[in-house]
Amino acid sequence: MAFLICGPKVATCGIVISIWGVIMLAMLGIFFRTHSAVLIEDVRVTEADMHGDQNPPQTVYGLYNQVGYNCFIAAGIYVLVGAFSFCQIKLNNRKEYLVH
Amino acid sequence: MGSLLRSEEMCLAQLFLQAGSAYDCISELGEMGLVEFRDLNPSVTSFQRKFVNEIKRCEEMERILGYLLREIKKADIPLPQGDVNPAAPLPKHVIAIMDQLQRLEVELSEVTRNKEKLQKNLLELIEYTHMLRITRNFVQRSTEHEPLQAQYEEFPFLEKDTMMDYNSMQRLGAKLGFISGLIQRMKIEAFERMLWRVCKGYTILSYSEIDEYLDDPDSGEPTKSVVFLISYWGEQIGQKVKKICDCYHCHLYPYPSNNEERNDVVEGLRTRIQDLHTVLHRTEDYLKQVLNKASESIYTWVIQVKKMKAIYYILNLCSFDVTNKCLIAEVWCPVNDLPTVRRALEDGSRKSGSTVPSFVNRIPCNNTPPTLIRTNKFTSGFQNIVEAYGVGNYREVNPAPFTIITFPFLFAVMFGDLGHGVIMALFAFWMVFYENDHKLKRTRNEIWNTFFEGRYIILMMGLFSIYTGLIYNDCFSKSLNIFGSGWNVSAMYHKVWTDDDIRANRFLTLDPNVTGVFNGPYPLGIDPIWNLASNRLTFLNSYKMKMSVILGIIHMSFGIILSVFNHLHFRKKYNLYFVFLPELLFLLCLFGYLVFMILYKWLAFSAHDSRLAPSILIHFINMFLMQGDAVQPLYPGQAGLQVFLLVIALLSVPVLLLGKPVYLYWLHNGSHRLGMYRGYERVRRSSEEELSLMRANDMEEGSSISDLSTSREHQTEEFDFADELLHQSIHTIEFCLGCVSNTASYLRLWALSLAHAQLSEVLWAMVMRVGLRMDTRLGIMFLVPVFSLFAVLTVSILLVMEGLSAFLHALRLHWVEFQNKFYSGAGIKFCPFSFSLLPSSFEHDGLL
Repeated sequence: MAFLICGPKVATCGIVISIWGVIMLAMLGIFFRTHSAVLIEDVRVTEADMHGDQNPPQTVYGLYNQVGYNCFIAAGIYVLVGAFSFCQIKLNNRKEYLVH
Repeated sequence: MGSLLRSEEMCLAQLFLQAGSAYDCISELGEMGLVEFRDLNPSVTSFQRKFVNEIKRCEEMERILGYLLREIKKADIPLPQGDVNPAAPLPKHVIAIMDQLQRLEVELSEVTRNKEKLQKNLLELIEYTHMLRITRNFVQRSTEHEPLQAQYEEFPFLEKDTMMDYNSMQRLGAKLGFISGLIQRMKIEAFERMLWRVCKGYTILSYSEIDEYLDDPDSGEPTKSVVFLISYWGEQIGQKVKKICDCYHCHLYPYPSNNEERNDVVEGLRTRIQDLHTVLHRTEDYLKQVLNKASESIYTWVIQVKKMKAIYYILNLCSFDVTNKCLIAEVWCPVNDLPTVRRALEDGSRKSGSTVPSFVNRIPCNNTPPTLIRTNKFTSGFQNIVEAYGVGNYREVNPAPFTIITFPFLFAVMFGDLGHGVIMALFAFWMVFYENDHKLKRTRNEIWNTFFEGRYIILMMGLFSIYTGLIYNDCFSKSLNIFGSGWNVSAMYHKVWTDDDIRANRFLTLDPNVTGVFNGPYPLGIDPIWNLASNRLTFLNSYKMKMSVILGIIHMSFGIILSVFNHLHFRKKYNLYFVFLPELLFLLCLFGYLVFMILYKWLAFSAHDSRLAPSILIHFINMFLMQGDAVQPLYPGQAGLQVFLLVIALLSVPVLLLGKPVYLYWLHNGSHRLGMYRGYERVRRSSEEELSLMRANDMEEGSSISDLSTSREHQTEEFDFADELLHQSIHTIEFCLGCVSNTASYLRLWALSLAHAQLSEVLWAMVMRVGLRMDTRLGIMFLVPVFSLFAVLTVSILLVMEGLSAFLHALRLHWVEFQNKFYSGAGIKFCPFSFSLLPSSFEHDGLL
């Protein structure tokens, strides 16, 4: 019981945001890896990248891939957050059964 | 079988209930919830009705139940709320329940009173203990008094001077008295000053504060107290001091004269406190036991008393017949349910063991019956939002079945985002999935209840939003490239642009006339390349505005067509020619032609001749000014057609204005001459009764009675004509001006969808992009809280705020623009007498 940090509502919020985060960040990661043109604004592309490129458009593709990896890592962190929230929910349920 | 299109056919019926079985019959009817009782004694006050004593008894029982529920709630005992549904108790069982409740109340109040007394006693003893402990310090500070005290104990004869509760000690001819006790810390300064002023130095006050908070015996709240000890000389002073102590609400306790006595008192107090603690514990346990036992059956009692009170209330509405053996009740009943009512009455008579059966008899009625529309859990939400505007007239067309599709669709046109639609639909799915969960159904939160009642509406809204999100190609403000864009940028580069062009310009235009640039339209929805275009809004605005006007005209025409059903059902065929046809022609000739021009321009002009494409607005304005030659025509014969349509629309206005009143006038006057002829036959043949029966028969079917009233006075027809003309002219003005304003009102579909798309884009650009563009090592971790912030803002701003806004606007479009074409909504809702629909006052107070 010492691990019970969050109440039931906070834990439910946590797990909802985690599930949403995992799905959405994973899909974003896939779209960044496939170099989707719609996401061009979300990648930090500077003038130097565009003009000083030896083998275009590989620099830009590299930046895309980096952001894609970032998204996957964030999705992974959200998996951990989701697992944590799930444990909190389980502990809350057990506490509810114990009192009565 | 009830239909959602129209309200059910209702009839007025009389129930003849035998006095012995009336209670059981009404109990049966209450369980089924079929009929609505009418008040047959409207002029009688509630104190003069027949069953007022029984209702008073019920209210007394409710009072006791409320007291019990409050006590149970204070003791934090959970109530076992199952799905019990006990029947209303028979009058003979009521006495037993009343008895039990009264006994419980007496017992409970006695035990509670005792407990409070013991509690107060305990607190006083605790204060006494503290006082003794602290005053010991006062005495021991001046230890030089001890040998002095020993000297004077040889003079004990003044001990009989104990008039008050203090101990006196002899000292050199003066009688030394002590008063000791506790006072609130706030008052000690004033107390000291008062003592000094009154007693002028004949008293010595020493006091010391108690460190911990003690519970005050009078109020039970923790307070800070000060222990004081007053020593005084003389009796008068003693009385004054006692009065001052009374004024300041001090708690006085006897002061022991010597140390042995003090120790004895302390010992005695300790044992007494321990005993009191034990007794209090036992009392609390007993109280909990009593409450636990009561809580088992209290829920059943609450329901039984509620049902009983409802039955007596209904019995009060009935009237007795001449023989005083039979109760007569008048009810509104759906015609299809009459056999069920008969069976319920038979069951009731059988249960009460009565030999004479109760029966139901249908009677003709002149008033309009109430409106009943049977709904299930899916349709009830949509019926509720229609009825929030107004309950339909009896047997009028109900807009609800069409609202099931059009309302979510119009909402989705304004909301149109795939991602948000998915979240909304998932939320609604969760609510629908867990709709039988007790916890969800019984929460007290008003806002949550509103969302829960509308869970099917939200589900439809979400699903339709997914569809429009696909059409607008908008998912969290990004477009999805599912099928491959129809535009090809590299073709421009090879054919038109040079390197200098690209270096020199910030923005370049793709020309669809160049081969290879535009390869055909995107299969479903808006092409994803528009998400990257800077003139995206210009393109989308034109598209959405035209779409809004098209949807609006279709919606309104549909409303006008629905009025045909009303005209046909109420047998007013002339309305078809004088109201429906002019309205439809006016709308379609003017605004329907606008829709036609929009569609024609979309189909007839392509990218090749887009420079020559005319402005529809100019053409529409020229149509009204009848200047057909000013601009290049869209199609041959346009000028002639426009003049023709304009003439039809203008002609339909006077038809709408004057057609119906003139026709009705002609009907009354024209057939009046014929009526005189027929009137003689009528007088010869039949009496008034047959006439009235025929009239009532026709009223059941809703036909007009204009031809039957001709045999009566004809002053009323003059009056009718003016009234009718006024009514119709208001309707005409409202309709014609309304056409223009309502069409413009549908542009809110464009406005809200634009607002939603822009808000979504801003949220992405200002929140999510910041997290995605982070470059450093830290940036990876930064994305996690940024996404949470994005999620929270999406739900609160885009889903809740925009969702409510789009809901409200879609609802307004239905209530005003759609329903004012055919719906009057001035009816009364049918409220059946049903136990499950009765509110409970305890639930209202939050006790249950």
